[in-house]
Amino acid sequence: MLAGLDGDDTSHKALLTKLSSYLRAYFKDQLVRVGRSSADAEDLVQETLISLHVRRHTYDRSEPLAPWVYTIARYRLIDYLRRSKSVSLSVPVEFADGIFVESDAAAVDSGIDLSKLLSQLTPKMRVAIQSVKVDGLSVNEAAKRAGMSPSAIKVSVHRGLKILSLLVREREQS
Amino acid sequence: MKTDDLINLLATHTKPVKRTHLRNTILAAVAAGAAATLCLMLLTLGTPEAVPGSEDLAIKIVYLGLTFGLVVAGVSFLLKAARPGKILPKPLIIIALLPLVVMVAAGATLLSSHPSTWNAMLFGPQWVACLLCIPFFALLPFTALIWALRKEAPTSPGWTGAIAGLVAGAIGAATFTLHQPSSSIPFMVLWYLGPIVFCTLIGALLGPRLLRW
Repeated sequence: MLAGLDGDDTSHKALLTKLSSYLRAYFKDQLVRVGRSSADAEDLVQETLISLHVRRHTYDRSEPLAPWVYTIARYRLIDYLRRSKSVSLSVPVEFADGIFVESDAAAVDSGIDLSKLLSQLTPKMRVAIQSVKVDGLSVNEAAKRAGMSPSAIKVSVHRGLKILSLLVREREQS
Repeated sequence: MKTDDLINLLATHTKPVKRTHLRNTILAAVAAGAAATLCLMLLTLGTPEAVPGSEDLAIKIVYLGLTFGLVVAGVSFLLKAARPGKILPKPLIIIALLPLVVMVAAGATLLSSHPSTWNAMLFGPQWVACLLCIPFFALLPFTALIWALRKEAPTSPGWTGAIAGLVAGAIGAATFTLHQPSSSIPFMVLWYLGPIVFCTLIGALLGPRLLRW
């Protein structure tokens, strides 16, 4: 976490990967417990990962990491349950067994469509995120490709991610 | 979207985060809110009139001390509440004690003076202005604080909103006291604490709506 906060991509990636499997187990368990389908667990995992990333500056380096992650995951879960109150009502408990049969590989795909979300951003933000975050270009390369200044790229990426995290939560619940 | 793709997306060219980022954002919001309110006061009410005499000055110091204490305790609460996790009870105790001390002082003042002077003490100069101006002057600091807190991750939005309202109300009261002709401690309890409590309640109501993330 600490190396990730200092801007080390490899550590940040390792952390998010590790947390995603904990989060997946946590959300599946919690969703079943409140009588919801655990099919939405992956959406929650991704929403939480975005929250963890966008709000990583709220982590106090002198405190243990687990409570911070847990509190954010819990906040996302409560927020999700509140938002989707009217949608999928309780699922009978007897079907809950089937969930554990489902293979994990299939479950790591969520209902969130990245290209659809990206298309809702302004062209500048879309280009910036596409080249820096998806294609993995450096900020300078992305700036050259998009014909924008490096600082404009940085700002666009930053704003774009914030908006993406909002879009993810406000997308149609289906 | 695959979760691995999302992780790649998030963890590519990660921007380093400064250790003091959160603290600076909130302190900057408080400072900007206070400065803006001071300008607003000078614009709407004009520059304060005469320099107060020594007795008035003592009371002014009590006024400023109370509001300043509330701001400091409130901000230390907000710095913790802006992070996910449990809220800190210590600043809340200080916030509750400060008005209590002033109330005791007000009671003592009233008891030590003749009942015929109570009316003049309680309905001192500009009490209506207090009621209107303090919440009005709290608007800008409140907006600045909410704007800052929305970038953080408060997990108790009700409490966080309430204390943001309290800090804003205290800043509004401190600003107003710079302009208002001096008055008594009982006056402060009624017409200063009242509006600050009002701002706190409004903050508690708005917090859960404004501080969602």
